[in-house]
Amino acid sequence: MIGSAVPRKEDAALLTGRGTFVDDIQRPGLLHMVYVQSTEAHALITGIDTSAATTLPGVVGVWTAEDFAELPARPSVPGLERHYLAGDKVHYVGEPVAVVVAADRYAAADAARAVEVTYEPLPVMATLEAALAPDAVPIFAPLPGNVALEQPVTPDGVAAELDAAPRRLRARLVNQRVAGAPLEPYGVLADWVGNGVTVWATVQAPHRVRAEIAQVFGLARHLVRVVAPDVGGAFGVKSSFMPELFLAPELSRRLGRPVKFVEARREHMTHTYHGRDQVQEVEVGFDENGVILALDVTITVNIGGVPDPVGIGLPTLTSYMLGGCYRIPKIAARYRSVLTNTTPTASYRGAGRPEASFLIERVVDLVALELGKDPAEVRKVNLIGPEQMPYQTPFEGIVYDEADYPAALELLLGELDYDALRAEQERRRADPGARLLGVGLSTFVEMAGFGPTPLFEQFGYLGGWESANLRLQPDGSVIVLVGTAPHGQGHQTAMAQIVADELGVPFEAVSVLYGDTAVVQEGIGTMGSRGMPVAGNAVRQAAVEVADQARRIAAHLLEADPDDLVRVGDGFQVKGVPDAAVPLAAVVERSFKPHLLPEGTRLGLESTAYYEPKNLSYPSGAHGCVVEVERDTGRVHVVRYVCVDDCGTVINPMTARGQVHGGVAQGIAQALYEKVSFDAEGRPLAASLEEYMLPGMLDLPRYETHHIETRSSFNPLGVKGIGEAGATAAPQAVVNAVVDALAHLGVRDVEMPCTPERVWKAMHHAS
Amino acid sequence: MRVEIIVNGRSHDREIEPRLLLVHFLRDLLSLTGTHVGCDTTSCGACTVLLDGVAVKSCTVLAAQADGCEVTTVEGLAGPGGLSPVQEGFRQCHGLQCGYCTPGMVMAATALLAERPDPSEQEIRDGLKGNMCRCTGYQMIVESVQWAAANGGAR
Repeated sequence: MIGSAVPRKEDAALLTGRGTFVDDIQRPGLLHMVYVQSTEAHALITGIDTSAATTLPGVVGVWTAEDFAELPARPSVPGLERHYLAGDKVHYVGEPVAVVVAADRYAAADAARAVEVTYEPLPVMATLEAALAPDAVPIFAPLPGNVALEQPVTPDGVAAELDAAPRRLRARLVNQRVAGAPLEPYGVLADWVGNGVTVWATVQAPHRVRAEIAQVFGLARHLVRVVAPDVGGAFGVKSSFMPELFLAPELSRRLGRPVKFVEARREHMTHTYHGRDQVQEVEVGFDENGVILALDVTITVNIGGVPDPVGIGLPTLTSYMLGGCYRIPKIAARYRSVLTNTTPTASYRGAGRPEASFLIERVVDLVALELGKDPAEVRKVNLIGPEQMPYQTPFEGIVYDEADYPAALELLLGELDYDALRAEQERRRADPGARLLGVGLSTFVEMAGFGPTPLFEQFGYLGGWESANLRLQPDGSVIVLVGTAPHGQGHQTAMAQIVADELGVPFEAVSVLYGDTAVVQEGIGTMGSRGMPVAGNAVRQAAVEVADQARRIAAHLLEADPDDLVRVGDGFQVKGVPDAAVPLAAVVERSFKPHLLPEGTRLGLESTAYYEPKNLSYPSGAHGCVVEVERDTGRVHVVRYVCVDDCGTVINPMTARGQVHGGVAQGIAQALYEKVSFDAEGRPLAASLEEYMLPGMLDLPRYETHHIETRSSFNPLGVKGIGEAGATAAPQAVVNAVVDALAHLGVRDVEMPCTPERVWKAMHHAS
Repeated sequence: MRVEIIVNGRSHDREIEPRLLLVHFLRDLLSLTGTHVGCDTTSCGACTVLLDGVAVKSCTVLAAQADGCEVTTVEGLAGPGGLSPVQEGFRQCHGLQCGYCTPGMVMAATALLAERPDPSEQEIRDGLKGNMCRCTGYQMIVESVQWAAANGGAR
């Protein structure tokens, strides 16, 4: 079954309106919670008048920060703990200031509007420049300045190597702030009954959420049940710890009734974490052939008004991936995480790695432009060869697994018909009536399969492993419990494909469950493209173990040695003796009959496996984008988008293709459309989907997808992960194409998103 | 105020607040939770239902406006014979991932095929441009609708 494009097990419920998302869940006596959000970006709170709100019909109560002073602070890096609600001051527009509970969502919204908050304004620092200016005032009280973290990632600089390089150039690249914007906003339903609580929440790591809730409330973990039901997209933004995960349980405890919180889109766009927002200062040394000799990078990341423990450290991952798929002998990197009066930032699809891929792929194109060489040729002289795999990068512990980067590029160039495109580009440039044509390449590698425990612990997880429990039913069908918490990736389907192959059962005979801490053994979650590389291998391991148990019982049934048995059709057979065979169902049935088994045989066929990856995995590939640019308006049209991906073994080509499409769509959207921006007063300019340019059907192209399948030797399935590849590869493919279209005009860079206005200005002001 | 709305063939006579949105009438009063809310501003289309056969975004239609009308939601599509052609097309062609936009997308596609049984790719994209999907990048949704058009259409 591995490698088959089977339709998904998930779909029947989701297509008929019988999915179960958090907001679909009803409980008797359910109350609704909403926030009163800050309207100011930086201000002292001088008063909160709740009197009008509390008298409105249906309102149960209004609470402010001081009402939760007894609760331990939200978990974070020691010293940077955050409160649930703004206390004496607000740090960004949208920060929760008070919380209202009412009988229904309309009454709660009315009451939130009736709460009067008065503010005394403080200087607003909505940009990195303002937050780092000499007259800036500290934003987050525990810190004396606005730099939350300053990290030299590499011990040494590369000044000597840059000095020795025949050529060098500098660039300043901006990876703008975007919103993950899953279609389902964040939601929590908490029902505190007796001495424990059940929490349904739109999260990516239910076991970790359980641990944090248990810690805050001083409960043993078995008394906290966290359920991630159907989750309507996450893209990393549902891996952060939102205050509602704790406030809803606390209010349910106090009120003795279930409490539900579901964001409105405006709340989501201002309150839930954004992603990216890096400024990168780069200097690169290279020779006349375009061979890159040294890279020096300083990253400044805008982490918003309240530091998130993951958000402040993401440039570490950017730093590790700066070399891309190239042999760059010397890399120096350092970063600063800077507070501003904006919504906090944290993980978004790729989380730190797309920023690296964007940087190095833009740099390669700049080197090509500087030397007057074709960007494909500059890539070829720098790519790591297949014979060099596994490849030790300049960063300790960062070792790329098997891949053939040059082959991916060759396949891409062939599929693009690259030379013909270059000829067409020249023809268009000579014809003032024609749209300009640009071709952009992105040979990329990303980091996936998070990821050995010593690394993943640093992001607050219990481990980097994943778990699977597999048990055979007496009729030979299979139930698998897996520790991930997917939200669209199709784990029910892909895991069942793995089980079908390893255990020799029909795909239809396997059910896969997840997302409920009361049912599923300890698990980690779904993020960092770890579904197949980590959880898939846990499922495989459990299946191998159960198959071994079954073989022993079959051997007993057939009065043979286990080593003399072979798998046939639906069961086992003694090698070379077709009559001596037993179906799997009979073996399972027998496994439940102690009186018919050798003394001491464990009953049932079941195994729980924990798979700890030896290393990260490194999906890679080559993407190419062809754009047309309207000369009069600067409008960019993506006319072709070609993907060559190597995610190792492909479990399900249809869902893998879906992951590539979705990631590429988000990457194109970052390149052309999306930007979360604020005015000088820190007021959000993209707080709804009317203002934030989420692309629709007419804004995105057809995608041409191709695969190279190089098995990874780092795990038994040979998989690498595919969830973040598209988002990592696409932005620079598009931007390189846009710049390429305008290069003859002297354009070297166009900042994302490449809006018509920006492109038009670049065309007219370049020289 | 009192409204009577026929939903998926059954009449529902309810006392409501005048400001109640149709989507909340469906979800909160009738427990038809297949219709989702994604944006509150008529931007995303997750809440799309058919109102007297026309695709509308139920987050910006008052329940009062639907008084006396017939509403079809995603729960009303599949018959005893199984999934509708549009639903089956989405399953065959992987037109959904997380499934949150899916009910709205399926309803909009059903309305499109009712009006235009054999649409071109451009007509599909134009017809569904008001429905956002954050997972698929849309191409497999286009393929799903093409599959449905070739296998029974808007039934």
